[in-house]
Amino acid sequence: MKIAVCIKRVADSETRVKIAADGKSLDEAGVKFILNPYDEFAVEEALQRKEKAGSGEVVVIACGAAAAQETIRTALAMGADRGVLLETASVPADGLSVARALAAELTDGGFDLILFGKMAIDDYNHQVGPMTAELLGMPCVTCVAHLDIADGKGAAEREVEGGMEEVEFPLPAVLTVDKGLNEPRYPALKGIMAAKKKPLDVKPAALGASGLEVLALTPPPERKEGRIVGEGVAAVPELLNLLRLEAKVL
Amino acid sequence: MSHVLAVLEQREGALRKVSQEVVTGARRLADAMSGEVHALICAAGAVSGTDVAGRCGADKVITATHAGFAQYAPEGYTRAVAERARSGYGAVLFAASAQGKDLAPRVAAQLGVALAADVTDLAVEGGAVIVTRPVFAGKALLKVKVTATPAVVSLRPNVFTPVERPKAGAVETVTVSGDAGRVVVKGIKAAAGGALDVAEAPIVISGGRGLKEPANFKLLEELARAFGGKAAVGASRAVVDAGWRPHGDQVGQTGKTVSPSLYIAVGISGAIQHLAGMRTAKVIVAINKDKDAPIFKVADYGVVGDLFEIVPALTEAVGKLQS
Amino acid sequence: MAPKFHGVDFYNLDGLLSEEARAVRDTVRAWVDDNLLPIIGDCYVEGRFPKQLIPGMAELGLFGANLPEEYGCAGLDNVAYGLIMQELERGDSGVRSFASVQGGLVMYPIYAFGSDEQKKKWLPQMASGKVIGCFGLTEPDYGSNPGGMITVAKETTDGWVINGAKMWITNGSTAQAAIIWAKTGKLDDQNSIRGFIVPADTKGFSAKDQKGKLSLRASDTSELVLQDVHVPKDAVLPKSGGLKSPLMCLTQARYGIAWGAVGAAMACYDEAVSYARNRVMFGKPIGAFQLQQLRLAEMLTEITKAQLLCLQLGRLKDAGTMTPQQVSLAKRNNVSMATDVARETRRLLGANGILAEYQAMRHLANLESVYTYEGTHDIHTLILGQEITGLSAYN
Repeated sequence: MKIAVCIKRVADSETRVKIAADGKSLDEAGVKFILNPYDEFAVEEALQRKEKAGSGEVVVIACGAAAAQETIRTALAMGADRGVLLETASVPADGLSVARALAAELTDGGFDLILFGKMAIDDYNHQVGPMTAELLGMPCVTCVAHLDIADGKGAAEREVEGGMEEVEFPLPAVLTVDKGLNEPRYPALKGIMAAKKKPLDVKPAALGASGLEVLALTPPPERKEGRIVGEGVAAVPELLNLLRLEAKVL
Repeated sequence: MSHVLAVLEQREGALRKVSQEVVTGARRLADAMSGEVHALICAAGAVSGTDVAGRCGADKVITATHAGFAQYAPEGYTRAVAERARSGYGAVLFAASAQGKDLAPRVAAQLGVALAADVTDLAVEGGAVIVTRPVFAGKALLKVKVTATPAVVSLRPNVFTPVERPKAGAVETVTVSGDAGRVVVKGIKAAAGGALDVAEAPIVISGGRGLKEPANFKLLEELARAFGGKAAVGASRAVVDAGWRPHGDQVGQTGKTVSPSLYIAVGISGAIQHLAGMRTAKVIVAINKDKDAPIFKVADYGVVGDLFEIVPALTEAVGKLQS
Repeated sequence: MAPKFHGVDFYNLDGLLSEEARAVRDTVRAWVDDNLLPIIGDCYVEGRFPKQLIPGMAELGLFGANLPEEYGCAGLDNVAYGLIMQELERGDSGVRSFASVQGGLVMYPIYAFGSDEQKKKWLPQMASGKVIGCFGLTEPDYGSNPGGMITVAKETTDGWVINGAKMWITNGSTAQAAIIWAKTGKLDDQNSIRGFIVPADTKGFSAKDQKGKLSLRASDTSELVLQDVHVPKDAVLPKSGGLKSPLMCLTQARYGIAWGAVGAAMACYDEAVSYARNRVMFGKPIGAFQLQQLRLAEMLTEITKAQLLCLQLGRLKDAGTMTPQQVSLAKRNNVSMATDVARETRRLLGANGILAEYQAMRHLANLESVYTYEGTHDIHTLILGQEITGLSAYN
């Protein structure tokens, strides 16, 4: 099976967010960057499907700054065969620009599957996967939590409000994956050493124009300080009073 | 003058409640743009409950019908919405629901424009749509100007409280021709809990390790019932990982981000990853036996004590209030 | 998969590490967070080595990680190897001991002193965790003075017969193979010491766990008894000879321990900082009180110094110039400072500090063994003393 996985280098979720001097971006000093956790499930799925098929190739593609090569090597250490970096100084806020750059790289690649994590934990945009699919004219299912593939057809389950949606689709297809699809492997130490020797091509990203302009990045409004209403069962009447009369949510 | 297209959502032929928020957001934009709100819904036939769209400010309610549209049909819906959107709208709005998160990017890509996703605020300034969206798990807010036209935006559920702004709500039906698409939804397997999702419920009661055993979540389910169908039961990551509650109930960084009017955290210590999922709730109540638990720092109102006594007492009091 | 422990790096030593070293460290760090920490408290209390972790450790490539790829090993440099030991011991000294023995005291001697056949036969199986090994040097009456050992190996027509007893042997009762050091000549002849690969199922070989340990409880520590154990000619490690051979192995293990101890100290310090920030007394977090700040400042200082020692030691080892005395300095300093950090953390945690659900006291108890094994603190003092003055103060 020939599978492409699109990945992103993101700031670790424990990062204490400091705004950079330009007031529009993250101050990267001291920030730890990792492979987007949802993309780990995508890489793992690709590796498992290639292993099950017995042959094929797993290509990882990232759109980002030069430092994203380290993130690509994490995926190569997990077992991907080769990597491509579509280089851009900063990742645009407009997901369609990223999708354009990815589509340009993926088109004519002959991939059976193109996988994405459902969203990136930095921007929560939730869009590059399906946008890329539209640009490629390929079928797409998002937030896949369970996947079966047989005879060139796929069946997936995705979480919706109140239950799981069951979806069928033909291959080749674009899928974005959710947590729980599989258990991502740790990059084995041998894999980390082997990653250095695997091919990693760096090309400029063909982003096109951006349809979104970042005006400001600000901290969230401070929540007013709360208080302990009381202790034990005795506090319940006072709590309800406050919820009704002060907070007005009941 | 520009019109705003509000894309609504139906399930089993009935309008989903979150659609009211989309019409409300669209009305706000349309008023700033001196235009109309046209609500669009894809379905196999007539959809019940669409009159509320008119009450929230829709000038027109258009049902786009196709035999294959009973369930969500990603490609067919995309084509129908994009076709309508191309007829000169200033903005196209979706809910950032499960369906909206799937449909909005496809429509934006078909239109060749950007998508401002999961926004918590929106306005028009200097003739352009300006949105605010939480990033970095809510640790920061991004203010973005949408320079493309139409401005395609998806709204975070539970933020744009529906407002009565009655307009004509004139009903139109159009038939959609062609295929429903290659991706076919066979159906929805209902979850054990209820139909009310934590991300859309006005009241969320979440439980953590402090409940000691999975069976004790019954206490929270009873409290939820006392609120009369407006409350959903959520869970911290710890109890989801332990297999006590399904992943769909998880509130937090690797679960759902929720924005209810009232969030009650029961037996939850308040790790940063959990706070990331609920910090935008309007009012936060914490019930915990440890007065030093970090959750009390975020809570508006805290009750220290044994949740096994406090929750039933609260259930009884709420029950009395509702009746 | 991303690790939950964020490390202690006050001087940005991460900037001095290669990308591979950081990737290796991050993988082991995440593995320890996900697999070891959730169970280690219970294992320690129950006195049980978490055997079920062996396949996962092998799959990651933690055994003999600095040995060449041709034997199924990861072929890492020594800084990366040290970081593995650091992260394992951040989890537990007993689990790090398991990996140290397997890699540094079993696979290393086979690699350094073994024949090609022995290397090809044993190393890949040990790298994959299929065969667990143990290192039999220490005896009931010969600890700090291994040269005085009385285990003997007499040559026979078709091999050797070994008689003797070993004690304090990590992995002894789980091992399928033991590296046994025995005198092949007269009892006063240290030069006749040679190493033998003895399969644990050989007639006359038995291993029994030592009970009643209050330290390294999540580790198997055993007595070995060899009673007329017959092994074939090719059981001897051909290139081994003299006390120097087992001591070279010890140098490998001690190198890993110097890094490991820093890991234990980092775990304790992290726990202390978190507790100091959250525990409220007299209306404020205890981290606001001067005495606690003094504790934390001392810990951070000692950890930072120790980290720098390790990094340079690793570079010297990679350059091939590292001396055993340089390892002695690092092992002695780092283990000693780690016991201090663990003890001070235990005290900062107050009453909570005696519970198994916190790490400090487990590390404190473990580190007492680490202080004593692989050359006691005092022996390393004398090693350095001799190196400095040229004069031996052993007796």
